[in-house]
Formats: sequence, C-alpha cells, structure tokens
Amino acid sequence: MSDPVQRPRSFQEIILALQSYWARQGCAILQPYDMEVGAGTFHPATTLRSLGTTPWAAAYVQPSRRPTDGRYGENPNRLQHYYQYQVLIKPSPPNLQELYLGSLQAIGIDMALHDIRFVEDDWESPTLGAWGLGWEVWCDGMEVSQFTYFQQVGGHDCHPVSGELTYGLERLAMYVLGVDHVMEMPFNDPDAPIPLSYGDIFKQTEEEYARWNFDVANTEVLLDHFVEAENECNAILSQDAQDPKTGKRIVMAHPAYDQCIKASHIFNLLDARGVISVTERQAYIGRVRTLAKACADAFVQTRAGGWLEGAA
Amino acid sequence: MPDLLIELFSEEIPARMQARAADDLKKLVTNGLVEAGLTYASAAAFSTPRRLTLTVDGMLDASPSLTEERKGPRADAPEKAIEGFLRGAGLTRDQLEERETPKGAILFAMIKKPGRPASEIVAEVLEATIRNFPWPKSMRWGNGTLRWVRPLHSILCLLSAQDGAQVVPLNVDGIEAGATTRGHRFLAPDTLTVNSFDDYTAKLKRAFVVLDPAERRDAIWHDATNMAFANGLEVVEDAGLLAEVAGLVEWPVVLMGKIGDAFLDLPPEVLQTSMREHQKFFSVRNPKTGRIERFITVANRTTADDGATILAGNEKVLSARLSDAKFFWENDLRIATSDAGMQVWVDRLSNVTFHNKLGTQAELISRMEALAGELAPMVGADADEAREAARFAKADLSSEMVYEFPELQGLMGSYYAKAADKSDAIAAAAKEHYAPLGPSDDVPTEPVSIAVALAEKIDKLTGFWAIDEKPTGSKDPFALRRAALGVIRILVENDLSVNLIAGVLNRQVLATLIILKGAEFRNEGEKLLSPELSKLLGSEKMSEISYMIVDANASATETSLLEKMDSIESNLLAFLHDRLKVYLKDQGVRHDIIDACIAMEGNDDLTLLVKRAKALSETLKTDDGENLIQGFKRANNILTQAEEADGVEYSFGADIKFAETDKERALFHALDTAEAQIKPAMEAQDFSAAMSAMASLRGPIDAFFNAVQVNSDNGTVRRNRLNLLSRIRTICSSVADLTKIDG
Repeated sequence: MSDPVQRPRSFQEIILALQSYWARQGCAILQPYDMEVGAGTFHPATTLRSLGTTPWAAAYVQPSRRPTDGRYGENPNRLQHYYQYQVLIKPSPPNLQELYLGSLQAIGIDMALHDIRFVEDDWESPTLGAWGLGWEVWCDGMEVSQFTYFQQVGGHDCHPVSGELTYGLERLAMYVLGVDHVMEMPFNDPDAPIPLSYGDIFKQTEEEYARWNFDVANTEVLLDHFVEAENECNAILSQDAQDPKTGKRIVMAHPAYDQCIKASHIFNLLDARGVISVTERQAYIGRVRTLAKACADAFVQTRAGGWLEGAA
Repeated sequence: MPDLLIELFSEEIPARMQARAADDLKKLVTNGLVEAGLTYASAAAFSTPRRLTLTVDGMLDASPSLTEERKGPRADAPEKAIEGFLRGAGLTRDQLEERETPKGAILFAMIKKPGRPASEIVAEVLEATIRNFPWPKSMRWGNGTLRWVRPLHSILCLLSAQDGAQVVPLNVDGIEAGATTRGHRFLAPDTLTVNSFDDYTAKLKRAFVVLDPAERRDAIWHDATNMAFANGLEVVEDAGLLAEVAGLVEWPVVLMGKIGDAFLDLPPEVLQTSMREHQKFFSVRNPKTGRIERFITVANRTTADDGATILAGNEKVLSARLSDAKFFWENDLRIATSDAGMQVWVDRLSNVTFHNKLGTQAELISRMEALAGELAPMVGADADEAREAARFAKADLSSEMVYEFPELQGLMGSYYAKAADKSDAIAAAAKEHYAPLGPSDDVPTEPVSIAVALAEKIDKLTGFWAIDEKPTGSKDPFALRRAALGVIRILVENDLSVNLIAGVLNRQVLATLIILKGAEFRNEGEKLLSPELSKLLGSEKMSEISYMIVDANASATETSLLEKMDSIESNLLAFLHDRLKVYLKDQGVRHDIIDACIAMEGNDDLTLLVKRAKALSETLKTDDGENLIQGFKRANNILTQAEEADGVEYSFGADIKFAETDKERALFHALDTAEAQIKPAMEAQDFSAAMSAMASLRGPIDAFFNAVQVNSDNGTVRRNRLNLLSRIRTICSSVADLTKIDG
C-alpha cells in the first residue's frame, strides 16, 4: 500500500494497475472467459471455483453484456457491452476490506479526500442459484464495486466462504480520470502517437448492438437457441463419468456450464427484445437456474471441485 | 457494583438492522444476566455501522448464593429410595435433615448453590447471545462456522469497578475478548484501549466516532436544516431516510450540492425518487418556487478540502443518474404526444403476459375497459371517459421511466396522460386506480378513478377465481386479499350502493369464463373466434356468443358454464364477505353481527351491508337492544320447539280478541306500531330507525313473558300466542337474522 501512486491517465492504465495490484496480493491473473456473459461472476473461475474446499485466488477482466442497458452509445455511462474486474479469493481473508481499499489507492484514489462507504447490498443471482451478503462500495456516492461473501452457489452451501470483488471498470475509471462521458475517456495514453478514446473503439459497436438487441435480433431463432443450449447442457451431464474411449473418469462440468452460460445470455437478449413477460421471466430464470445447479452438482464431482479419487 | 461494557466490532452492519440489533443485544444480555441472578441498575445499547455496544451499570459482582430445600422420602423408607434421593441431591445421609410432620418423619435435603462471579456469567451469556443472535440475515466467512451479520472482528468485554477494569475471559470461535476497539475506519484506524464506558465514548469521539445514533441523527438534521435555511431553502422531511443515513456514518458531515439546471424541470417525484433511492440524498426545496433545487448528502468524514472533492463527486453521480431519467422522460413524452400517442404503449402490452391463463396485459386492459364502462353509471362517472381512462391507466408500464423506476408506475402515467391532452379525470385515474394499496392508503374519490380502480380489482378477482387460483392460508401471491379489501373500501368509503352479483359479477365472471374458453381455442390454433372475442366484452349479444362458443365446444354445455358461474360467484362473494368481516372487526363490529346481516337479502351490496351491520351494532350496544335479543331468542325457541312438536308452522292469524291479559294486548299494539315504522324505514334503507323501532319491542316482549304462560291449557289461546310469537320473529327477522347473534 506504500507504493507511490501515480495518477493514471487512461482506461487501460487503471486495468493494468488493478492487475498488478492483485498479482502482488497473490492472485492468479486470468484472462477473460471466451463467451458472452452478463457479469464477471459467470466466469467459471468464479462460479465453479467458489464450490468445494480447494483454496483459490484469481483476478481477471471480464467483458460483460447487458443488452437491455444499450443506449446507442449516447448515455454518458450506460453500455450494453462493458468491462468488469473480478477478484475471487477462497477462503475470504480476514483483511479483505483492507486489501480492497488498497486496490482503490493503487488506481489513484486518495483515501484522504474521498468518502468511501460500504452500503448494504445483498447479492443474489436467481439464474445461478447463488447468493451472498456484502455491500456495494460507494466512492463519493458512486457505486464503484460490489463486495460479496458467497454463501451459496448453484444451490450448494459455500464451505469455505469465498470473498468476491467486482469493479465496474468504466464507471470507476471515468471517476478516477475525471471524465463525464464514457465515450470521451482515453483508452490508451492520451499522448500516444495514436491516442484512442473509448468512443473510438466502442461508439460504433454500441450503436450496432443496441439496434440489433432491441429491434432486429430474431426472437424465434433465439428461442430455439435457448432450448438447444438447455438440451445440450442436459445431454452433456447425462453422460456417464467414465469416458469409454480413454477409460478415464471425466465429468464434463465445464462444457455443460458453457451451455448454461449460453442459455443465460440468450435469455438476456430475449428480455431486451421485450418478448418475455413478467410471469414467463420467472419460468426462464428457473430453467437457467436448473442448469446452473446441475453444473454445480457436476463440478463438485470433479477434482477441482474437491472430489477425491477412491472416496465414495 | 461493577459496570459492564460490551462492544461487538464487525464489518459494516446494514443501516436498517442496527437499531433492532442494539435492542436485541440489550435484551438478550440483560435477560441472561438477570436469569443467572445478576441484577443491575440500568442498561443502554448503541450502534454505529461497525459496532454494537452495550453498557450495563451497577451490576452485582456475583450472583447470590441460594439454598434449595428439597423434600425426600420418609425416614423409614426402604434403603433404595433414600439412596436414590441422595444421588439426586448430591449429598450424604448425615447431611439430610429429619423433620417430624403429620405424615411422620420426612427427610429433607438443603442443597446450597454457591454464587458465581459476574465474569463467568457474563462470558456465558455473551457467548450464547453471539451464537444465537436474531439477525434478519446472517453469514459465515473464511473457514469459520460462526454466523454474524458481516464478519465479526473483535469483542470488547470489560467489567470495570473503582479498583480498575478487568477483561472478561471469553473466546468465541477464535475471537478473544479484550479491552480494545478501533476508531473511524479512515480518520483514526488505530487500536484504542479503554477502561470504562465513559472512557470508551470519549476516546471514540476523539477517534471520530459518534456512538449514539440519536446524536448522529440530530446532528445531521440540525446541520442540514441550518445549511438549507442559510440559503433560503428548506429540507424535505424524511424520517426514514434520516435514520438510514445516520446508520451509514460514524462521523457525519453534511454537504449541500446543486442539481444541474437541465434537470430542474423533471417531475419532482422523479428527482426525489432518484435522489433518495439511489443516492440517499435529502431533497432541498425552494419554498418560493416549490421546486426541488438542491440536495443534501451526508459524508462519513472531514477532509482537507472541506468536502469539495466529495461534493463534486456526488454532484457528478447525480447528474449521470438524472441524465438517464431525463432521457427516459423525454423519450416517453415524445411518444405520449405523438399522433399514435399512448396507444403505442397499450399495444406493446400485448407482448407482455399478465398471467399465462389470463392472457396478456393488453387483454387485461380490454377487460378493464369494458368493465369500467359498465361500472361508470353505478358510480356516477361518464362511461366513455371511464373506458378511456381504463384503456390508458396502465399504459405507462411500457414507458422507459417506469421500466427504470417501477415505483413511479401510475404517477408517470398521469404525467404522460396530461401531456397527451387527456382529461384531468383520465390523468388522475392512471395514478389512482392502483389505490388503495394498503389498509391505511386513501381510496380514490373521483368517479372516473373509482370506476377504473374497481374494474382493475374486480377483474383480478373474477379472473383468478375463474382459473381457481384463490389465496390459501398465508399464500396470496397475486394479492387478492388486498384487491378484495380495495373493492370493499372503495364502495363503502364512497357510500356507493352497487349490487355486485346482478350488476357486475354475473357479467364479468361469465365473460372471463368465455374468454378462457376462447383462449383454449386459440391455443389449439382455432383463431376464428378471436375477432368476436375482442368485441365481446362491450357487446350486448354476449349470451348469444357464449352459446355459440359453448355449442362449438362439446365439453362445455350452457348449463355447465352457468353452474360454474354460479359457484364462482357465490364463492367470491363469500370471500368478499370474509374480508368485510376483517374490515369491520377493525372498526369494532362483531363478526356475529355481520353474519346476522349477511344472512339477509341484498348482501351483495356491501355498502348497504355495512350500514345494516353498523346500525345493528349500535342498537345492540343499548340496553334495549341487548335485552331484545334475549326476548327474541326466547320467543324463537318456544316457537321452534312448538312447531317441531306440533308439526305445523305458526305463521299467521294472531288475533287480539283471544288475548287474555293486558300485557298480551300491549304486545299486539307494540308489534303493530313497530311494524308500521319498520317497513317504511327498511324500504328507505334507514336501518337506524328500523332498528330502534325493533328495540322498542323489548319492553312489551319482556312484560309479556313475565306475565303470560304461552303454553296455555286452552288450545285456542296457546295457538294464538304462538302466532303472536311468530309475529315477533317475522318483524325482527325483516331487520336482520338475529338467530346468528351470540349470547
């Protein structure tokens, strides 16, 4: 925490500062998951790895998609595609709050001038069958992170408990950099030979996706995809643990979970198209949750999930 | 007499749980102490975001020694019995006392329970309190199994007396009790060692922690109102927010900020909701313009720049929030004022399911629209206006603002209806048709709002009744009890007489059943009926179409449909009557009185029913009324027994000429008089007059029973008297079914 803090000048510098801070705290710095997800929590490095007793410490950037939040790149701080920074440590260390505050200092937030608050915000993901208690962390009235002690994931009690930190990178960076509109935020060094703003990179894609998400996405195709993902997930999990080709015990928790992620994202797209009613919503969420629980059940039958060779 | 100081120091406790938790800490610990024999002079509990604190003054330093006397067997009892008694008492034979009693020599044991030191008791009580603390939600952390609201970091547990302080030895899941705590998270994070409650509060204050939430609350309100006043403004009072904010800070610092000019024209409710819900800001109003122009935020610290950075940050966050709200508001207004107008939103609701069996929101709206039109003349509204109001009442559910702030539903609809040049009544109905939301919420009073509010609730009730989704036990997922109470309150509190069965439910239940049938056809792909169905609700040819549908479906006959309608209706009316009983019970009307009135004709007019019940309730509070019931019951019993024994009904032909006594003749006259008063009063629905006329029979009836033996030896006289009793029954029963009255 005693490192001299240089005020970052770009979005990427803030990401790099977080990466190196959490690397110094002993986290494995992972790469984003290569699928469309609604939040960093969906990354198997969080969802699945929070299960079982094996200790874990990981941090990573996760591109996240929330189709309903699209504003054609016009709103100063709403995007249908944005970045989350995610930290998961199991078991949660006793000084996790201090570690977290250290990360804010690492990205240039002067603790002596700002008002940092931990405001109750219990986290629940009905689609993941997961919940935890914690806070949203406010910096001068702005929510900069979500701080959660996982209690249950995929219907399984968490023993030990994981501590999860989620930073909304754009919002946090805009605050640190003093930028009012996300599209005006410097992405790389403003003095670089080719300076690029966030808008240079994402303004056009926000427009394209907003139009597609809200008005064009073929809902019938999406509805079919949802069912296909659901079926595939169940089909994968119904396979015998014993692989007939290699003779090894291979429970395919991750491939099945990919299908669960896919179903969840398709549901989000359908929601943005406005074709899911309040009552149907519950039913869809329930279907994704069923998949998530099945995947969690499968994961705890794997080595990473704490399954021991020879144990019952 | 030591004092006890306890502090449970944790990560941030949710603001809404702090006050209750402080109370619980006090209650659990002090109860535990007293149960173990440690009495005390006074106790007080406090909370901050990071700590729960209890101070107990003037506590005993040990529990008193007690001697329990236990009675044993006779001195000459068999050896085994005495041995067993000794084992139980933990004594030897020579320690027992032998006492002569009338039953002979009996053995007594005097069991001494030595007092225990306070620290031992405190440790036990505190550990039990921590392990069983009634948090609304609690959690585990790390590798542990202990549960607390958030991770518990330290326990301060101190017994202090004049000769010094002593830490109570206690270890809860690895957390060792001590004499230390910490100050403000940022302003004074170091460890503090304390030796008494006074020392503790003083050191905390120097470490930027105000322990007492009331003190923080007062300081915030004081500074906020002063700051607003100095600027010619006033803070909008909000006790809930004040308590919450006081629970978010240990060292409150009040700051006042500006709302960007671009946002000042947003509806004040939007500004307030956005600021309160998302930012925990107080709204600051300009009394001259009535507008919300500034906000007050409460920081948890002082800074070198006097909060300038903090305030700038908060202003920026607010302006981002409000630019979102403004974006929604402007988009919504554009649609509301376009040529297609709010109908666009209504159409969009055809993609939104209300309930999978009851169709879409748009279908719900078309049912409401038809029903509001039917109800309009009964509640004094214009039918066309009521229909239009119902059509647009829920349009704002498609608006962006309501998607973002669901709590603004109805209110936004009213703004948008005004912008779309709808009448004031239509705009008001959008806002008011959800009312009443709770037992203390106001009911709508404007006729158009009443029609739409009733239509909304009655359609909900008939719909869920038709698909057999009634509330059961504690389960009422569609808030149907609330809807029923809403119907009752709207009718009764507006003094509206509506015959629900004939006027409303008949039609609505049948229509719903037909629609459900229609939906079955649609689901099977037989869409030919849809155009008819959509017109159906307003159509006078409904029964014709219903036959058509019934004919088309072999499984449903006209009779089965009508039978189903009857059973749904009577069940729903019984449900409304049940809710009415709850409603009237709160107003002090007994359930048996309501039953006596429900048993009468016209019980589907709830307003009339309430008037009848209240009049009866008042009458029964009088001496005459109460005794009349006794007289009535006596008459009724004698009559019923005689009718059973004789196998005839005595219902006609009492003649004064067979009367033998004055009292008997007086009763004849009294009944004539009462009847002459009751009949017109009942026709005019003047229940008080009818009931006081009825109560006036008490004297003559009592006198009659005192003077006259009904079962006379003379058969003619007996028959005549029974017929006279029958008149009492008939006259009284025209007012209410008094057989239902208790006692």
